[in-house]
Parts: sequence; structure tokens; C-alpha cells
Amino acid sequence: MSEGPITSGHDPRFTPTLFAHVGKPNSWTLDYYLSHGGYQVAEAVLKGKQPDEVVEEVKKSGLRGRGGAGFPTGVKWSFMPKDGQQHYLIANADESEPASFKDRYIMEDDPHQLIEGMIIGGYAIAATKGYIYIRGEYRKAYDRLVGAIKEAYERGYLGKNLFGSGFDFDLYVHRGAGAYICGEETALMNSLEGLRANPRMKPPFPAQSGLYGKPTTINNIESLASVVHIMQRGADWFAQMGTERSKGTKLFQVSGPARRPGVYELPMGTPFRELIYDWAGGPTEPIKAFIPGGSSTPLLPFTDEYLDLPMDYESLVAANSSLGTGGVVLIPESVCIVDAMWNLIRFYAHESCGKCTPCREGVSGWLPQLFEKFESGKATREDLKTMEDLLDQIEGRSFCPLADAAVWPIRGALRHFRDEFLHHIEHGTCAVKSGPRWR
Amino acid sequence: MGFFDDKQEWLAEVFAQYPEDRRRSALMPLLRRVQQEEGYVDFERMKEIAALVGTTATEVAGVMSFYSYYQGLPTGKYHIQVCRTLSCKLAGSDELWHTLSERLGILPGEVTADGRFSLQAVECLGSCHTGPVIQINDEHYVERVTKARLEALLEGLMQDKPLEEVRRSLPDEDKMGKATIELEGGEPS
Repeated sequence: MSEGPITSGHDPRFTPTLFAHVGKPNSWTLDYYLSHGGYQVAEAVLKGKQPDEVVEEVKKSGLRGRGGAGFPTGVKWSFMPKDGQQHYLIANADESEPASFKDRYIMEDDPHQLIEGMIIGGYAIAATKGYIYIRGEYRKAYDRLVGAIKEAYERGYLGKNLFGSGFDFDLYVHRGAGAYICGEETALMNSLEGLRANPRMKPPFPAQSGLYGKPTTINNIESLASVVHIMQRGADWFAQMGTERSKGTKLFQVSGPARRPGVYELPMGTPFRELIYDWAGGPTEPIKAFIPGGSSTPLLPFTDEYLDLPMDYESLVAANSSLGTGGVVLIPESVCIVDAMWNLIRFYAHESCGKCTPCREGVSGWLPQLFEKFESGKATREDLKTMEDLLDQIEGRSFCPLADAAVWPIRGALRHFRDEFLHHIEHGTCAVKSGPRWR
Repeated sequence: MGFFDDKQEWLAEVFAQYPEDRRRSALMPLLRRVQQEEGYVDFERMKEIAALVGTTATEVAGVMSFYSYYQGLPTGKYHIQVCRTLSCKLAGSDELWHTLSERLGILPGEVTADGRFSLQAVECLGSCHTGPVIQINDEHYVERVTKARLEALLEGLMQDKPLEEVRRSLPDEDKMGKATIELEGGEPS
């Protein structure tokens, strides 16, 4: 076996960790967790390591935030001041990016893994209070989390003086109520404070002034769960998986017409082809395009060139797209790309918070109006030009990344499937005939 | 009598989750409790919540209207929320939506004459691999809503059987499970 980095789920050196217990009977209970070594890592960290050592270890591992932006987790932690104020750690379980459903299973089937990650994270940034902000619709995950937190308090894994280390950690769950924008960290904090979830101006950054004006770090669920395994097995173990700048394992998701759509834990750098064919069982009908990393990432043609791309941050940027949350959607030959994009634009138009003009007027106003013209066969070449101008006007000019997230999929569609837009202009209808899809 | 009068213990638990001087943080949990029990939040309840968290009813209405879960108008006993975002669309959610709307004879905002059903199209529920997906009230998802499963679901609800019982007894429920495969020791086929 080669000594190189592990970049395939077929490599015998690879073992899944984040999803090792998902799907097992009673995996969400404390007894199950303890019988598989649960909370031993937190105990060893709190008793044997300084907070700075934890931050350094996570930095060294190369872990990058799994919520979509890919910012290094250890670096984010190092922004927290050393000031003796109340600090907060927030786990972002909003998971609202269409095509993403990975964090849900960590919370449903392995909630103690998240709690342990939050204890370690809280210790590293001197936060004695944590919140899990979970999207309101995730009822089952909420039930499991609440049950797990109750068990953890009863047996002393949450609360005062954990493991006799002198470190206190309290953990609460706050439910959202249906708003994509709450995944944006400053909007999330407003929501937690009982306000409309409009994003806040940065700076100040959350590490300076976050929840209730106190230093705060917001991390994705998968990132926090990854920390447990990094602290258990060491930064080097994590860093040997993946590619040069994208380390470790990641949860990849497949939806659309595949034989086994679902969530798969694989090393970073695994090719799309392996995820889609070997793990998800391949498509069930002819496919022409795929969304590589969640609805906001520009779609790519379903060709050898793109299927052979390694799933890491850099390769996707080089292909004019993004790894995002790792949510792959297969788009069949028989579905019109304009239709598919109209579906996503309607989503972003609905979710725009209304705070800034480019997003309110562009994403929820002009873009849907233009798409309606395409759909109703009234679009002209002038409208296509207007759409492209509009994308330039919106991109990079909005208050938060939501508007960019709406622009990027259309960019991908226009780059690779422009002919389908032209077909709508010239013939007033879709280039493909879509049949019934409901079974 | 106020909605929260007999829920003092629950209220104390909710407020204890947040700093003492940050009662406003309890706004969303309080709204959810009213929505769960009454099916919508009317202006009287907004005033009650405002008084409890220390703000105005207008502010409460502002928060309420921001999120899709809270309803300002009465809903049916079973408020059916149908995901319409891309992966569910690819699994037929458009047809599912039209079928439901025709079968029940209602549009969003309406309630069936017997008070049983109301309908809402919602955005991605985070169950893209098991589409089309619907959620009823604040309960666990009903996943892979095929034609046969929709029929069985509606039939069960028409008989007012407990929702969870109906959900669990849908055809092929045993095959739903997780669409994930266990990687531990598992070989791709």
C-alpha cells in the first residue's frame, strides 16, 4: 500500500469515525456511547491539556469548517480573546442548504458525539455555555439531543466541574422555525436573541462581540464532531487523510435519482465518481448535470472530466464551483435546467431576508420575474442579457452571502447549459420533455 | 385565562436556558408552544408573549412573520407541509402537491370543511435523499411519500388514528430506514 495520503474510501487504511455508529440500535443512548469509549477523549483533554494545546492540535490537523465556507476551525478558535468574560460556543445545526442532510444523522444517531465535541470546543475557547441552534423542522434530532443532554447532566458529563477538572459547561438547545438565513452565523445569533434573523454587520466579528455582545464561536455540527476524533487520534492521523489543503474525512451526501441516495463518510479528495457510483450505487436514469456541494454551488456537467474531480476545496474552486457542504444532486437528462434553476431561485427569493437592496430587489424581485418570462415562453435575448447584468450587479454586493448563493447556481447553468436558456427564448418551451416523476 | 397561566413551570425552564436579563430569547420557544397547541398564533397570544419576554406585540408579530413555521391564521388538525425544493421536486413533489391540493380541495391558507387538513408548501426540509418529504405539524417527517404511502397516510388521518401510529404503519415503512449504508466493514456493491 502506498504511503501517500488517503483519498479514497477503498483505501484499506481508511476507517469512518463520524458515522461509525449511525444506524446502530440504540446508538443515541449514553450507555451505548460509553460502551464505545464515549467521553474518554473529553476527560483526557480536560485533565491533561491546556486550552491552547487543543487549539493548536486542531489547527495542525487542518480541519476546515464543514458548514460550507471551509474556514480553518482551529484558526477560528484562536480569534477568541483571553479576557475572563462569559464566552459562548454555538453549534450551528440550521442545516438549511438544499441537498444537505448530514448533520441531522449525527444528532439523531450519535448526539453524544456532538456533546463531547462541544465540551472540548468549549474548553478550548473558555466558553462555559453552549447552545445548539437546530432548525425547527428537525424534530427527531431535537428529541434525541434533548434526551442525550438530560442523560449527560444526570451522569455528570455536563454541568459543574467536569471530570474534576474545574471546567463547567452548560448546554442548551434552541429551535429555529424555518428560515435559511439562520445558517449565517450573525443571523443565527439574532434569532437566538429572539429577533428577526437579519444578519449583522461584520466587524465586529462574533469572536469580539457575538451572542449577547459576548465573545462567541459558531461551528458546524460535523466540525465539532470531527474534533473528538482529532483529539483522540491526533492531528497527524486526521491530516494523513485527504489532499494537501483539504484534510480528514467528510460527510458527503447524494440525492436525486441514484440507487442508494444517502450520506457517506469518505476521505477528502475522493473522486465524485467513486461517491456516486461505488457508494451511492450510480444513477437510475441518464444524468446530464450534477450539483457538487449543495444548492448554492454552481452545477457541473455529468462528464468524465468532472466526475474524476477530487472532492476537495481547491479542485472545485479550480472548476469554477465549490465543495460547499458536500451535497451532490444528480440532475436527469429529462429535466430542464431552466426549470431546475427556477426551482432554486424561487427558494432563494423566498429565503431572502429583505435587509439589503441587491438581495431584496435582485434575488427576490428581478430574478424570479425574469425566470417567469423564461418559463412562460416570453423571454427574449435581451432578457438573457438583463439576467447576466443583474447577476453582476448582485454578486459580491450584498450584505451577506445569501445573494451570492443565489447567483452561483445560475452562473453554472449559464456556463454549461446556455443552450437550454436559448431554447426557451427561441421556441418558448423547454429543450427536453419532462415526464411524471412521482411514483 | 391566559395561555401560559397554567404553564409556569415550563416557562421557568425555558427562561432558565438564557441569561436572566435576556428574556427576549424565549420568544421563539413561546411562539412555538402556542403554534403547537392552538394551530396558529392570534394577536391576543402575541400580546401575552410580548408581556412575558418584555417587548411589544408588534415586535412579536415581526419575528413571527419572519419564519415559515408560525401561522397567523387557523390551520387544520393536520397541517401538511410539503417540501418543494429541488431534490424533492426531482422525486415528484410538484405532482404530490397538486394531488394533495385537489384531493383535499384546498389551497394554502385554507382549511378543509371538517377542520382536518391545511396545506403549506415549504422549502428544503433536509431530507433530500428520501424525497418527496412531508411534515405534519411539528412531528417526525413522513419520508418517500409515494402514491401508495400518501393514500395510506390520508386514510389513517381520516380515521383520526394517532399520527405516529399512521406514520409507522405506512406500506414499506420497514424499508425506509436510513438511506445511508454502514461503512464499517461494508463493501460497495
